[in-house]
Amino acid sequence: MSAPSILLLHEVTVSFDGFRALNELSLDIEEGELRCIIGPNGAGKTTMMDVITGKTRADRGKVMFDQNIDVRRMSEADIAHLGIGRKFQKPTIFENLTVFENLELAMKTDKRARTSLFAWLDDGARDKIADTLRLIRLQGAADRQAGLLSHGQKQWLEIGMLLMQDPKLLLLDEPVAGMTDDETARTGELFKSLAGKHSLVVVEHDMAFIEQLGGMVTVLHEGSVLAEGDLATVQNDQRVIEVYLGR
Amino acid sequence: MRTPFVVRFLGATPKQGWIAIGVAAAITLLLLPALHLLVPAGSPFHVSAYVITLVGKIMCYAIVAVAMDLIWGYTGILSLGHGVFFALGGYAFGMYLMRQIGRDGSYQSDLPDFMVFLDWKALPWYWTGSDSILWSILLVLVVPALVAFVFGFFAFRSRIKGVYFSIITQAMTFAAMLFFFRNETGFGGNNGFTDFKRILGHSVTSPEMRVTLFGLTALMLLATLVLGRYLVTSKLGRVLAAIRDAESRVMFIGYNPLYYKIFIWTLSALLCGIAGALYVPQVGIINPGEMSPANSIEIAIWVAVGGRATLIGPVLGAFIVNLAKSFFTVAFPEYWLFFLGALFVGGTLWLPDGVVGLWRKLRERRKQGSGA
Repeated sequence: MSAPSILLLHEVTVSFDGFRALNELSLDIEEGELRCIIGPNGAGKTTMMDVITGKTRADRGKVMFDQNIDVRRMSEADIAHLGIGRKFQKPTIFENLTVFENLELAMKTDKRARTSLFAWLDDGARDKIADTLRLIRLQGAADRQAGLLSHGQKQWLEIGMLLMQDPKLLLLDEPVAGMTDDETARTGELFKSLAGKHSLVVVEHDMAFIEQLGGMVTVLHEGSVLAEGDLATVQNDQRVIEVYLGR
Repeated sequence: MRTPFVVRFLGATPKQGWIAIGVAAAITLLLLPALHLLVPAGSPFHVSAYVITLVGKIMCYAIVAVAMDLIWGYTGILSLGHGVFFALGGYAFGMYLMRQIGRDGSYQSDLPDFMVFLDWKALPWYWTGSDSILWSILLVLVVPALVAFVFGFFAFRSRIKGVYFSIITQAMTFAAMLFFFRNETGFGGNNGFTDFKRILGHSVTSPEMRVTLFGLTALMLLATLVLGRYLVTSKLGRVLAAIRDAESRVMFIGYNPLYYKIFIWTLSALLCGIAGALYVPQVGIINPGEMSPANSIEIAIWVAVGGRATLIGPVLGAFIVNLAKSFFTVAFPEYWLFFLGALFVGGTLWLPDGVVGLWRKLRERRKQGSGA
């Protein structure tokens, strides 16, 4: 049988002024899985991530993390501590801090204000930051101001910040947007190496990238699941061609 | 090995910072008091009471400016109501100063003159303990901070941000001003508190007391700078800067910005309250005018002129603007507000990073020039 579920959405509905951004959306991500989500604009991909990370509240339905943790009433920070990391569509990093400091703040640790007031970086933490810097190929830029990085490097830095959190589940909203082909391919390699240890949900439009990742693909349309399966199955689905691929 | 906290705390201020602090301490704690107390009034080296009071007053403003820099420059939250916390600290200590007048007021009553004038027979309950200096100091430390805490808790919990927050703080200071204008409030109405006589039995206008208050203010300003430097170089300071840059990212990596904002906001108000308490005995008056919206906006101008997120910039800004004010309000009184407005517009256009930003740019240019 399959691995236990890391994230389960059951008939989740979210409305904004009568418009149903999510319409009884059900989704099951297994532990260690690498899932790709595609769909036309307005299909509810970003809203789904907002619901999972606590930015938006679901009107109805269940959102269960790690099988028995209900995240619907939790704050963004508490959900992050559970082990859900999120990368935004537009790279969101701390532009006025250095690359090193960006990673330092993201690191999994006690994040209360009174702890931060006296916090001190030990060698273990420095090593961990150095490891991540190597992984995201920014080891030469540790002391550079993050706002001065190229677009692709900012995307990598944000991915690095996610990894510093050591999350069980990574939600990645268009992670390769604005990257060169070379950077995109390397990002794909990185994600594939993360799968298994972590679970990944990748929202993308780049079909070549999705093909490289090779996981299950879910197609969203008008707030619910239109089709699910491997890329070839989904690409040959008549409804998917109609609403998304054909256009 | 873990570095002891004290070493880290003091080490946050770099060496040249400590040299500057040493020089500033020597001038404010030794040189100026000596020139005021020991040099006879006729001598060209004599420092007059006017200068001591003016510099002492501006140092109080400088503490407020640094407090403002912590919340605005470093955390990106523009308060246009910091005058309230300054005034509350001033009023809290002013109550003690009113009680120290004793029976030397115009009505020779145990009650402050304004209460006799209103025909009150006893002190209101909230004046209890105001004859004790320790209680008054406690009020100075607690009242502005508590008001800030409650206000900040509700405002930040509701995620009020940006210009909306600024407008609400402006409304808060205006409301507080109207409240303190009322005679029934029990703080002297529009006249506020004045005519102070003594602190701990010593005359407030004696040169020794003047120099003591001046020295305390200088110490407080220097301590504020050292504390500020530690805060902004600590991890907490980096989280504050992160909140300024991308608050949603801060939340999604697991920080709750609410507590960070409340902490720095309350601390900022506490520093303003202390500055207000030091200010009132030096200038000899506190009235609701200190809570006028324009006063709070002026605080932001000091910080902008000096340079946001630099700590030392706001101190320079407070001195530049207030020395200019002292000059202008005597030489061309009717043009002061035009000058202040021009300073704000000009500063925003040509000096976005203030005086400190300009200085850094010039130094950079010189370095590049010599390198080429």
